[in-house]
Amino acid sequence: MARYGMVIDTKKCVGCMDCVVACKTENNVPEGYNRDWIVQVANGKFPYINLEIQSQRCNHCDNTPCVSCCPTGASHVHEIGKVVLVDHEVCIGCKACIAACPYDARFIHPDGYADKCTFCIHRVEKGELPACVSVCPTHCMYFGDLDDPNSEVSKLLASRKYHVLLPEAGTSPRIFYLI
Amino acid sequence: MLQEITTTRHNPHIDPFVHVWGWEIPIYLFLGGMVAGMMIISGYFLFSKRYKDTTCSCFTIPLIGVAFLSIGMFALFLDLEHKFYFWRLYTTFRISSPMSWGAWILVLVYPVIIVNFLINPPEIIVRRFPKLNLITSYINEHPKLIQNIGITNMLIGSALGIYTGILLSTMGARPLWNSSMLAVLFLVSGLSTAAAFVHMISKSQYEKELLAKADNGFLVIELFVIMLFLIGLSTSSAVHMNAARLLITGEYAPQFWTFVIGTGIILPLIIQLLAVNKKIKHNPIAPILVIIGGLILRFIIVYAGQYSHYINAHFK
Amino acid sequence: MNSISRRKFLKITGFTVGAATASTALGPIVKGAKKLEEKSIKGIKKIPTYCDICFWKCGAIAYVKDGILWKIEGNPDDPLSRGRLCPRGTGGIGAHFDPDRLRAPLIRTRKRGEEVWREVTWDEALDFIANKMKKIKEIYGPESVASFSHGIGGNFIKHMLKAYGAVNFAAPSFAQCRGPRDVGFELTFGENVGSPERTDIENTKCLVLIGSHLGENMHNSQVQEFAHAIENDATIIVVDPRFSIAASKAKYYLPIKPGTDIALLLAWMNVIVSEKLYDENYVRKYGFGFEQFSVEISQYTPEWAYPETGIKPDLIRITAREMAKNKPATIIHPGRHATWYGDDTQRSRAIALLNALLGSWGRKGGFFFPVSYSLPPYPYPPYPTPTKEKLDNPNNKYPFASEEITNGIREATITGKPYPIKGWFVYATNLIHALPNEEETIKAIQNLDLLVVIDVIPSEIAGWADVVLPETVYLERYDELHTSAFKEPFVGIRQPVVDPPADQKPNWWIAKKLAEKLGLGQYFPWNHIEEYLDYRLKAAGLSLEELKQKGIIKGQKQPIYIEEGIEPEFATPSGKIEFYSTQLLQAGFDPVPRYKRPQEPPAGYYRLLFGRAPVHSFSRTQSNPILMDMMDENEVWINYDIAQKWGIKTGQYIRLKNQDGIVSNKIKVKATERIRPDCVYLVHGFGHNSKMLKRAYQKGASDSQLITKYEIDPIMGGTGMNVNFVTFELEV
Repeated sequence: MARYGMVIDTKKCVGCMDCVVACKTENNVPEGYNRDWIVQVANGKFPYINLEIQSQRCNHCDNTPCVSCCPTGASHVHEIGKVVLVDHEVCIGCKACIAACPYDARFIHPDGYADKCTFCIHRVEKGELPACVSVCPTHCMYFGDLDDPNSEVSKLLASRKYHVLLPEAGTSPRIFYLI
Repeated sequence: MLQEITTTRHNPHIDPFVHVWGWEIPIYLFLGGMVAGMMIISGYFLFSKRYKDTTCSCFTIPLIGVAFLSIGMFALFLDLEHKFYFWRLYTTFRISSPMSWGAWILVLVYPVIIVNFLINPPEIIVRRFPKLNLITSYINEHPKLIQNIGITNMLIGSALGIYTGILLSTMGARPLWNSSMLAVLFLVSGLSTAAAFVHMISKSQYEKELLAKADNGFLVIELFVIMLFLIGLSTSSAVHMNAARLLITGEYAPQFWTFVIGTGIILPLIIQLLAVNKKIKHNPIAPILVIIGGLILRFIIVYAGQYSHYINAHFK
Repeated sequence: MNSISRRKFLKITGFTVGAATASTALGPIVKGAKKLEEKSIKGIKKIPTYCDICFWKCGAIAYVKDGILWKIEGNPDDPLSRGRLCPRGTGGIGAHFDPDRLRAPLIRTRKRGEEVWREVTWDEALDFIANKMKKIKEIYGPESVASFSHGIGGNFIKHMLKAYGAVNFAAPSFAQCRGPRDVGFELTFGENVGSPERTDIENTKCLVLIGSHLGENMHNSQVQEFAHAIENDATIIVVDPRFSIAASKAKYYLPIKPGTDIALLLAWMNVIVSEKLYDENYVRKYGFGFEQFSVEISQYTPEWAYPETGIKPDLIRITAREMAKNKPATIIHPGRHATWYGDDTQRSRAIALLNALLGSWGRKGGFFFPVSYSLPPYPYPPYPTPTKEKLDNPNNKYPFASEEITNGIREATITGKPYPIKGWFVYATNLIHALPNEEETIKAIQNLDLLVVIDVIPSEIAGWADVVLPETVYLERYDELHTSAFKEPFVGIRQPVVDPPADQKPNWWIAKKLAEKLGLGQYFPWNHIEEYLDYRLKAAGLSLEELKQKGIIKGQKQPIYIEEGIEPEFATPSGKIEFYSTQLLQAGFDPVPRYKRPQEPPAGYYRLLFGRAPVHSFSRTQSNPILMDMMDENEVWINYDIAQKWGIKTGQYIRLKNQDGIVSNKIKVKATERIRPDCVYLVHGFGHNSKMLKRAYQKGASDSQLITKYEIDPIMGGTGMNVNFVTFELEV
């Protein structure tokens, strides 16, 4: 059983937001809302600066506070790739999952349900890559099965230094940032 | 400058900081907590067979409790974004979700309160539904049953009170809430506001006196619980320290010290001590302050809690 | 996208598909992906085309779902996009949905610039224009109608105007952008770097960016290759007063004092020549005047450059050696927007010379020789012979201008000399934001009898027009075939993907109809552009049908490097790479570039610098709902210490006031460590004052508005624009 994750090379990422735009059009994300976004972290004093650019989204964590707190089961870990999804027809919009997510990755869709990145599971199902990965002009994003030692993502994690976001939150996120 | 963090995210109610829960949730938590307190107080008097002297607590309050709880649940309903899917709550039980627990506890609360007030229903209602007399007489013929109703009220009441705190404290992403002391705090605060309420509306001097004394006890305990809650956070990780700082010296400190600690606990405690010791007459000022303090406590905890966050999880 | 019908699509919930959108609450819920799949295939059409959000012209595939434009992706066959569009291209569908789009032809009813209009039919609008044009021709001659355009879409309009007898055609892309670079390279190598640039970044081992902010500037193939170079561990050297995104990828970041790049370039060349690090064989074989050059260059030591540039001599030496170590696979990037200080041709020449020293021109990992698909032109009748010459560059004032100078036409329109200009056609370029000194542009406009603006959105220049003609966006029209020279020859097509939402018309239709009204119908012998395209394609052994299906057809691969057997030719007077330029000397210019110290900002003022954002193109995309959602206003970057001194905080709104007292719209502050203290930076294109651009109106500030001063490059007439200084007004 696959366990999908993403590896993002911050060395190559230029923060152009193509991933954000592609997600918008692919998933019809309403204006004013983001399922993914760019974070820039700059450290230092001019001209000695370190800048890391991260394309962020739902981390599809192994340990899912958003799923645990959901009173209806709308937020669930999907059987395919252990992707965290929200069933729009079951969600009551109580926002517990939003409060429970340390990444603030979720929001309430104007239609009333909790919404967020789906890893483009509808594309992945058809053998395509998530829209953000397939559009990236710098090829800085990789998507695949973390449980498969031969997958590109596993090999990158085995060979490169990386970090995850807020490891102290204990969520075991599945998006890894190569540094 | 050491660090500049910028984001392109701009989701409504998420950025620049989470504010998904407005007034509805604190109102709901407050009323839920108070009803829990009412159930426990009433239950205790039923169980200890003192209900003849505490008719307000045991027979007036449940009726008000049902009303309050219904208002609270309506506030909760207003908060739901997908309102007409609310019935989904009752097609499942999610063991890991405090909100699911809460939904089912609320289902239990109503019959338990109603049975309570049926021990001695008010005249108007009995005149309308004379058949209720059958139940009332049946209950009154079985004193043990009354005690059991008391125990059930205490149990379900405690569950309700604890749930209002657990609901927040399981949200690991919000460091301020991330303490199980919150459950105790909301339970004790619920008890103190409920006692204050009875103190305020009871016509019996005996009951007033009793509840004022009880309230003084609850307020002292609440003070300790708040202290422990803040000590716990302040001696934990950096994010929890930052969260505690929000209340102690930060953005929410003025409201917290003034309305929760000052006029919500210390001042009414002094007034009620004076009243209990016959230095002054019992008056509604102290209980009103306690109730307002309890309400503001819920607002501050819900708002500051949403604001509290992991380091680097926030952008300005 | 909230307001538009795209939201009415099938909702995707993981795999759950609501069977009925309205009554889903109690309706049956169909589980499983199959249902979704079936529906998708039924309703989705894929149509190849090429992008028009910038000039790069990436091959793309547009998706239409149930008749509504859904998304657009790169065409994997396209050598430019390689299957991936940039964010602007991906958000290009927003151009179709833009609620602020021009919808019907407009004729001005009040004073120019008041933006009061009457909606008219195409017939009335074109009659109006034709009558005015006939009158101008009668009184002043057809040469008195000039044209400004940007992009491939202007071709048919220009064809119509040439048929009419016009001779003055200019584009801001020369004198306000890449002109000095092109001329600098032409003077050195005999040809320019072209567009898309012939930089082989993909294979480079050392990339030097001088003010070029790849990553923020999203020229698709270049950014893709840039990322590739990073992956290949190429040495990246970035010279910029601002710590750009590219700087964050650099091994060496040189925080240069603005305006001193030539000093740095001379010092680099000094190190490379004095330490004999250059490609000796290459220089000997292809170079001209190297001896004079090396004598001249010997005075510019890193120690000399240090006080000018602020870059320590050690760092200059180390970076020079790094470039030399990787030669010839070293690119000193020529940049694109090069009109900075008025000595830009010489700076570009210095860049060209540094590349020449390293032997990178024509080499793998350097500058390749681009190849293009050759398509025979359509056999039109010959244009009428003009009786007057072009007037943008009278008496060859700017002797090496290789294209027409926009500001030259503007100047002539103001002065009426050498002959009056009475009509302007402006196609898809917002002259108010593109040309420096707005006041001069408006002054010129007041001398016109006819200003026609053809565009998709109501830009500021449209606000000044007499007639505004609404064009279809690129997703709704055919256009000229795309045959840019690049690494392999290809031909690409733009074709309609969806219908225009209102009464907009494509440029070819506008040109043809207007030509007919002018009695020039013989210049448009075809009925529909399809006939024209098919004719040209058939002449090359292709067909429209095939190209419409594939979007891109590639030609035979050809050698593009000296290593692959190309024998380079240099179209210079000496037939060689001119280290020493006698033609410059003869025209009274420095044969080897010299450094001139830039003017210092007055106390309390900061040099105004501007650049690009990855999600916007010029001032043309700010109302695109998708791109606006990505970035709806610009920020002014102010050094953190300077901001503190002024008591200004990030997120606060201020106004900028330039040396001439011009005050900007209010703009958000970004107080940052990522910029030098002597300059401020903002992204170009914001601060719209056209009321018709409802959602972009007064969002952010416009650098163009603050660029009242410009320094003309005496070699080619370009307008150096980084010579303005601003201070802060805290009251907003």
